[in-house]
Amino acid sequence: MKINVTDHRGAQHELEALPGWRVMEIIRDWDVPIKAECGGACSCATCHVYVSDEWLEHLPEMTGEEIDHLEQLATRRPNSRLSCQLLMSDELDGLDVIIAPDSMG
Amino acid sequence: MHTGNVQTIESAQLHRTDAIIIGAGPCGLFAVFELGLLGLSTHLIDILDKPGGQCAELYPEKPIYDIPAWPVISGQDLTERLMQQIKPFSPVFHLGQLAESLVKTAEGQWRITTDAGTSIEAPVVVIAAGGGSFMPKKPLLEHLEAYENESVFYAVRKVEAYRGKHIVIAGGGDSALDWTLNLQPVAERITLVHHRDGFRAAPHSVARMKDLVSQGAIDFVVGKLNKLVGPAPKLTGVSVTTAEGEKIVPANRMLAFYGLTMKLGPVADFGLNLSENLIPVDTEKFETSVPGIFAIGDINHYPGKLKLILSGFHEAALMSQAAFQICRPGERLRFQYTTSSTQLQQRLKVA
Repeated sequence: MKINVTDHRGAQHELEALPGWRVMEIIRDWDVPIKAECGGACSCATCHVYVSDEWLEHLPEMTGEEIDHLEQLATRRPNSRLSCQLLMSDELDGLDVIIAPDSMG
Repeated sequence: MHTGNVQTIESAQLHRTDAIIIGAGPCGLFAVFELGLLGLSTHLIDILDKPGGQCAELYPEKPIYDIPAWPVISGQDLTERLMQQIKPFSPVFHLGQLAESLVKTAEGQWRITTDAGTSIEAPVVVIAAGGGSFMPKKPLLEHLEAYENESVFYAVRKVEAYRGKHIVIAGGGDSALDWTLNLQPVAERITLVHHRDGFRAAPHSVARMKDLVSQGAIDFVVGKLNKLVGPAPKLTGVSVTTAEGEKIVPANRMLAFYGLTMKLGPVADFGLNLSENLIPVDTEKFETSVPGIFAIGDINHYPGKLKLILSGFHEAALMSQAAFQICRPGERLRFQYTTSSTQLQQRLKVA
């Protein structure tokens, strides 16, 4: 199971992922710089990623909490998500994300 | 010395203690306990207006599962229990203040001065600043800085300063709602601006705010901040983009409450050989490259470091042993257990 992550330099990383792990945790575990200040509590909006359009329909619904955080970001785009709210599963194998400028570590 | 301003008066009130702890999160609080058991007094400085650090600010209600003997505990409960545990040691809290400068005095003490002008001197400094200082997230507006500290603020220090003012309050969380309610009686007019008619705040605060709107006592505008109007630093209005188009809300003050983010802040300038925003320490005393200055918890780094609350607690205990040697030179430090030592039990006020 893999995810593809584009970092602050524009470099692409193919990262080995584990089912049940949060995408944020996978990015952090492989030392790709991401702020993720609150550690996955959906409290800070510093694990903000842009998800490739073809993956959007496979993502879980956003909670009200996630929407509230994203709405405060000037960098929000239609494909914005908080990566701590995306749990890896077979359906997301190959997921493609770009770390948003406000969350680059 | 002139005593014409608050800063000077405050700095004239110099506090002395054994250890100054920067950061009142779980590790800073537990350091009070470990230092207290050894008979050392403490002052804490934290930029938040409450103890608990990230546990209180970022995830008060989230369950934590890896605190020994607590199968599950919330950030808020952990903070409250630590406060209860350190009560016998009567720590002094300087909350809502940023530790701004660190200097060594002629007497060889460390002196820390905060942005509120508080000065504290001690032989030992413990940096337990976690991910850094919580700083306000700012709205992205042109020329924002030019209005800051004159017309635009991110916190209320004195309610009186808002008497008779036309205030725009921006945000949709508890801070925005609470200050809308608290400032309403003193302000000339308050306009709350939020991007949607939905709030992330206590339902009773939202209900009270809506009551005030229906009574005509305050205004609520759904929209996004567009730009600040008026010759900086004097604000005369705030332009808001609403569904009906641009609207200028007359205002001479704006308070923006968009939550907090962590920044390392002045600790970066304390001369501690930071590496990637972390402070290198040894693993015997958790002392930095500067003798007498220790770093514990998430802000330190050493081979094998784990950013866990429980690691910070361990670091606090070992740091305290070394701090004792500095604060009480020549005195013998006896290793004692709280279960059996009368001296420790007296310090804990249970014997």
